[in-house]
Amino acid sequence: MDTVKEHSAHTGREGLLALLEEEQRKSGYVSEKFIAGLAQSLELPIGELYGVATFYSFLSIRPLARNIIRICKSIPCYLKNSVMIIEAVEGQLGIRPGESTSDGRFSLELTNCIGACDKAPAMLINSDVHGNLTPEKIAQILKSYK
Amino acid sequence: MPEKRVVLENCERIDPGDILTHIERDGFQALKEAHAMPPDEVVSEVQASGLMGRGGAGFPCGLKWKLAREAPGDEKFLICNADEGEVGTFKDRYILEHDPFSLIEAVAIASYAIGATRAYIYLRGEYHYLSDTLTTALGQAREKGFLEGLDIELREGAGSYICGEESALMDSIEGKRAEARYRPPFPPTKGLWGKPTIINNVETLMNIPPIILKGASWFNEMGTQKSKGTKVFSVSGDVERPGVYEMVMGSQLKELVIDIAGAKALKMVQVGGATGTIVPYSMLETPLSYETILGSGAVTVLDESRDVIDFLSRTMEFLAEESCGKCTPCREGTEVMVEILTRLTQAEGVEGDIGLLEDLSEVMMSSSLCGLGQAAPIPVLDSLKYFRQDFENRITQSVFLRALRGIK
Repeated sequence: MDTVKEHSAHTGREGLLALLEEEQRKSGYVSEKFIAGLAQSLELPIGELYGVATFYSFLSIRPLARNIIRICKSIPCYLKNSVMIIEAVEGQLGIRPGESTSDGRFSLELTNCIGACDKAPAMLINSDVHGNLTPEKIAQILKSYK
Repeated sequence: MPEKRVVLENCERIDPGDILTHIERDGFQALKEAHAMPPDEVVSEVQASGLMGRGGAGFPCGLKWKLAREAPGDEKFLICNADEGEVGTFKDRYILEHDPFSLIEAVAIASYAIGATRAYIYLRGEYHYLSDTLTTALGQAREKGFLEGLDIELREGAGSYICGEESALMDSIEGKRAEARYRPPFPPTKGLWGKPTIINNVETLMNIPPIILKGASWFNEMGTQKSKGTKVFSVSGDVERPGVYEMVMGSQLKELVIDIAGAKALKMVQVGGATGTIVPYSMLETPLSYETILGSGAVTVLDESRDVIDFLSRTMEFLAEESCGKCTPCREGTEVMVEILTRLTQAEGVEGDIGLLEDLSEVMMSSSLCGLGQAAPIPVLDSLKYFRQDFENRITQSVFLRALRGIK
C-alpha cells in the first residue's frame, strides 16, 4: 500500500479521499471489500470509511457502468430545458436516472451545478463537459463512448 | 461603469500550458517583489488594499492573513478554495482554465505572507478535467524555481457542495465526511489539523499579484467606500450572452444583465447563487457591492415567463440535497421547505403555508451551524417580499381546486 504511505504525511487518514477516488475511477465503484481492506491498513473503523464513501456523490458503493453520464439539473440548466435533455438521454438508452444499461456501457445520473452554466444545458460524461445541448445532439455524443 | 480587467487580465492572452507566455506579461514579478519585502509588510499591503473575500462571505483578506500570521505555531497552511459549487458560478473555472499561473503565483505570495510551507489547491470533482492544466502549471512553476520552500498540493473533491464551506473543506482534506465545524475557533488560529490555516477563494487570490505590483492605493481607487477593486460575475439563465464578466465594484446590476449580457423581458435576478438575494426588475439599478448585493458573483436571470414558486422549489431541493445534515435546523428545515414549495407548485397549497415558510426561515437563519442553513431562507423571504401575490394566488387556486374535486 505505497499510495497510502505517500498520502499519509500527516495522519494515515489524509489520503483517504484520494484513495477512494482512485478506486472509483479504476473499478467503477468502491466495494465493501475495498472499504474493509482499506480500513484495516489505515487502522480506522469500517463504519468511518463507509461514512466517507457514501458522503460524496461521485463515489458509489454499487457498481457503475464504464461511462457515467451526469446531467446537470440545477437552475441555470433547468432554465435552458435540461428536462428535454434528460428525456432524450433516457429515450436513447432506455434507462432512468440511477440506472445503468445492461451492457455495462452507461450509467445515468442527475447532478447539481457543474459550473458550465454559460453553456447550459450541460452534462458531464466521465470528466468531459458537453454543453449547449439539444436533444438532437445526444445520439452523436453518446456514440463516441464505447 | 464599464467592464474592467484586473483579475482576468491575462485570461485568453497567455497560453495556460506555457509559463513563458505568462512570464512575458510580468508573471511572477509580484512574487519576486513580495519576497523582497518582510512578510508583515505583504500582509499590511493587502490589508491596506481593502480586498475582501470573493467566495461569498466577504471577510477582509488582509485581516485574515494577519490573524494567521500572528497565530502561534510552527506549521501553518494555506488552502486555495477552488471548490466552486455555488449554483450559477463558473468564474473560477474560467480563471483556472485560462490563467493557472497567476493563481499559483498568488498562492506562493500568500503562503510567504502567513508563513506556510505547505499549500493546497482544493479543486471540485466536477472540474477534474482542469487538473491536468493545474498540474502542468505547477510543474512548470516548480521547474523555474518559483516554488522553492513551498509544497503546493492539488486535492480533488468528489461531488459535494458543502465542501466549498471552509470548515467542511478542511474536514474533506483531512479525509473525513465534509461537515461544517463549530466555530470559534476560526481557521486562522485553528484550522487544518488544528493548525493556523488560511482559506482563500480563487478570485480573492487572483487579486494579490496586481495589488503587490501596483500597490494598495491603486487598488483602493476602484470601487465604493467598502468594496474595493473589481468583481468577476458569472451570468447565466435568460440572457443572450451568458458568460464571465469583470466589473468595477459598485456597477449597476442593470448594466451587467441588460447592457452586457442582453437580458430581455426580465422578471427577476438571483445574485449570489442558490442562497442568493432576489432582485425584481424594479430594483435593477441596485449597485453590485458588499454594501448591497454580491455573494459569489453568480447572476441568474429569469424572464417574465418564469414561475417564481417553481424556481424556488427547485432551489430548495438543491439545498436540501446538499445540506450536510449535521445540524437540525438546516437538515429538517430545508426538507420541510421543499415539501411546502413542491405542494404549492402542484396547486396543493393550504392556508397558513406562507406563515409556515416565514416561521421556518426565522429558525433556520438564527440557529443553523453554517452559511448553508443560515442563508437558505433568503431567496424564500425575498420572493415573499416581491412576489407575495403569486404565493397567495397559488393558495387560493389550491383551495378552489380542492373544493372542485370535492363536488365531483
